[in-house]
Amino acid sequence: MDPEPEARPQELYNGAPCAREIATLKIIILGAGQVGASVAESLVSEQNDITIVDIDSARLRALQDRFDLRTLVGSASHPSVLAEAGAADADLLIAVTQSDETNLVACKVAARMFNVPRRVARIRATDFLNDEKVLGPEGFEVDLSICPEQVLTEYIVKLVEFPEALQVLDFADGRVSLVAVRSYMGGPLVGRQLKDLRQHIPGVDTRVVAIFRRDRAIVPDGDTVIEVGDEVFCLAPEKHIRRVMRELRRMDRPVKRVMVAGGGNIGLRLARALENDYSVRVVEHNKRRCEMLAAKVNRALVLNGDATDEELLEQENIAEMDMFVAVTNDDEHNIMSALLAKRMGARRVVALINRRSYVDLLQSGEIDIAISPAQATIGKLLAHVRRGDVVSVHSLRRGAAEALEAVVHGDRESCRVTGRRIDEIDLPAGTTIGALVRGDEVIMAHHDSVIQAEDHVIVFVADKKTLPRVEKLFQVGVRFL
Amino acid sequence: MERFNAVLNLLSIVVIIFAATMLVPLGLSLHLADGAEQAYDSAILTTALAGGLSWLVTRGRKRELQARDGFLLVTLAWTVLPAFGALPLLSYLQKLSFTEAYFEAMSGLTTTGATVLTGLDRLPPSINFWRCELQWLGGMGILVLVVAILPLLGVGGRQILKAETPGPMKDTKLTPRITGTAKGLWGVYGLLTIACALAMRWAGMSWLDAVMHAFTTMSTGGFSPYDANFAHWNSPAIEAVTIFFMLIAGINFATHFQVLRKRSLKPYREDPEVGVFLAVIVASIVGITLFLLAKGVYQDFWVALRYTAFNLVSVATSTGYSDTNFGVWPLFAPLWMLFLASFVSCSGSTGGGIKLVRAMLMFKQAFRELARIVHPRAYIPVKLGGHPIENNIIFSVLAFMLVYGGTISVITMLLAATGLDFVTAFSAVVACINNLGPGLGQVGPATNFALLDDFQTWLCSAAMLLGRLELLTVLVLFTPAFWRK
Repeated sequence: MDPEPEARPQELYNGAPCAREIATLKIIILGAGQVGASVAESLVSEQNDITIVDIDSARLRALQDRFDLRTLVGSASHPSVLAEAGAADADLLIAVTQSDETNLVACKVAARMFNVPRRVARIRATDFLNDEKVLGPEGFEVDLSICPEQVLTEYIVKLVEFPEALQVLDFADGRVSLVAVRSYMGGPLVGRQLKDLRQHIPGVDTRVVAIFRRDRAIVPDGDTVIEVGDEVFCLAPEKHIRRVMRELRRMDRPVKRVMVAGGGNIGLRLARALENDYSVRVVEHNKRRCEMLAAKVNRALVLNGDATDEELLEQENIAEMDMFVAVTNDDEHNIMSALLAKRMGARRVVALINRRSYVDLLQSGEIDIAISPAQATIGKLLAHVRRGDVVSVHSLRRGAAEALEAVVHGDRESCRVTGRRIDEIDLPAGTTIGALVRGDEVIMAHHDSVIQAEDHVIVFVADKKTLPRVEKLFQVGVRFL
Repeated sequence: MERFNAVLNLLSIVVIIFAATMLVPLGLSLHLADGAEQAYDSAILTTALAGGLSWLVTRGRKRELQARDGFLLVTLAWTVLPAFGALPLLSYLQKLSFTEAYFEAMSGLTTTGATVLTGLDRLPPSINFWRCELQWLGGMGILVLVVAILPLLGVGGRQILKAETPGPMKDTKLTPRITGTAKGLWGVYGLLTIACALAMRWAGMSWLDAVMHAFTTMSTGGFSPYDANFAHWNSPAIEAVTIFFMLIAGINFATHFQVLRKRSLKPYREDPEVGVFLAVIVASIVGITLFLLAKGVYQDFWVALRYTAFNLVSVATSTGYSDTNFGVWPLFAPLWMLFLASFVSCSGSTGGGIKLVRAMLMFKQAFRELARIVHPRAYIPVKLGGHPIENNIIFSVLAFMLVYGGTISVITMLLAATGLDFVTAFSAVVACINNLGPGLGQVGPATNFALLDDFQTWLCSAAMLLGRLELLTVLVLFTPAFWRK
């Protein structure tokens, strides 16, 4: 047994950033399902060595065709399979099979037998998370547990809370939010310069970090004029989100009635998260699943039927729905039911769409918001993969942009950010430092704000290609160790 | 016939154990020299002999008890034991007919508390003690006691427990083994009875009275050794203690068991019945108190509250004590109390009636049907404490309610046909089938069941049996399918 299993990662992640421009990570992904595939896709694009393991060779073949990675057929938690996958010199194990138990065991095996330094497991049952002994070093040795369904649920709940927003993301434990809004005719700020924003809403500290106009990023400054149809990303404390959005578009009445199409894992979580504050209806076609759902929800109404069934939608007053959320695991079904719901009068429709080509097809069409599960859920994992002390990462605009929260360490000597004014920092083009969180205080970044050690910095990266340079900025040199 | 023999064999053992329970009043009688010793001598002898003989005849035919046999055994035991329990009364009170003595014993074992005796104060203490002990034995169920102390029943014990304990859902075992469950239930029952006796002694009763009343309170029986019932003491302290323990007895003993085992009050909060039980009772007390004040029955709020609280809790939990003649209150008040008695006791408690959980399920089922009209495609489960209840339970509860309603109607008709007025007939049936005790009219709290003729008395005995065993256990014996191989 290696007495210091932690030796390797230290060297890799905190050591000499200049020595290797981009350190290649050796990553093993267990499970080639929807989550595994999207994780692989994201990580492959970041120059990592990826081995993906699954028992279904057909799935692996499909992945192999699309991406530059190695595949291995076998049971994910078996030591021999892990050995063959190269666990002995892997930097990161990501266990995202369907089964919590397999993922747990794989992490334990990887930690005990192969000293894989970091282990991520997908855990759906919250029971495992209630006591940290289960996942801790005495237990299954899971460094990070992720639950894509939960992340998606929280994502959608935010959209129900702020129906005008395209996306709402939390940073620094909710102290500051990043909200994406499409500007509409009639918003007070539309057609005016950004610097007017401050005069419009004097008490509110906010900052526009990026504007996407016809799918191209504009780095905003005070003179930028907001046009109709712009996708505006603003940082603001959560309590001010509404005030900021009001500048960009007319506000709708708050959501009261929500219909959820699809009672799978996400549908169920969504119903439970929303049922106390909204009137929720869940449509599910499988009768046995309906019974299960009805048993697990308290107030939400479970309806048996197809969400593309006009008669059912009519019967349940689809025209009265403030929000229609299609979350089945079938893209086409989600799209069709969302389109139908919109046509029949649902105020705002949201659809879960896995396929990238469909998302691009629909984003600005009749479906108000198309959510890509892969992009929505990958953030937590990315934060774990990023070099530097990154707390959270949110993938935006289908992976093209990224917003991340990094903690600044070291001093002026060892780090290229610490102790500097923002305009002194050599940021890549398209990258904006949006806000600093110092303890409980949120400071909207201005050109003369000075970054101190231990600040949480919220950075918006409009072009993902510049990410490695951004990461490097926040790393601390060897001397700090 | 083999099946019958196996059941009979077990029944003999139950009878022998029952004979042993008569040793207690015998001891008391000898100790107090109250002149009733001989009544027990002959009763114990007869009972033990009958049990022993039938055991001898049927021995060697032991067979594992099957699900159906449980029903047969329980019904037989509850039919036969009152006959033996009536023996001490019969041999001491010469002018008592067998019909009346059987009624009295049945009323005791089923914890009804209706009596045909007058001049209770003049009876020997041991006779009164025996009446109270009968109620105590019947409260938690004498067969549950047998299951607890005799390991010989094996798996069949489960069927017996199912047939004897009240409530629609009986699959919650407290312990992995059925004997453990039975022991747990009787243990809690015993502990609470001791606590009740101590509290009553503290509140001002004599030791003997305290024990007898603890027996009849914890079993929600309602027998009292005094004609005046609780007016004998006229003590708010005693009434308060009694109210408290009647409420305890109206709650599921499995829940008490959990509370004692976990040493936390959480099981009460988690039990879906407890909250509703207390809420309904408190709301009714307040409502009836105000009603009586408005009708001018009482002038003082506290006096009204005292009488309402005691009598309402007593009737609602199907105990049947009284400290005033509530029969003379405006009809709504006692009717409401009878109505409560028919459903408010929790399942698994010693109280009578259809049990609160059934009422709650029916209520929820009604709402489900209403919701289905608006949302024809919706799946709306009936939930209890957050857990969905399966449809077959709902159906069985529905069937139970129907049978319950039907039985009340039929027996009421029969009593009316034999010449009783409607209020008396109806309230007598309600009081018997809910194991409550006093009815209204001619069988009200100020009078008793002595004025009924033989046929009417038998009908009431039958109603008590049906009510205690929750109808279906008994009625299943009358289906041809039950007897088919």
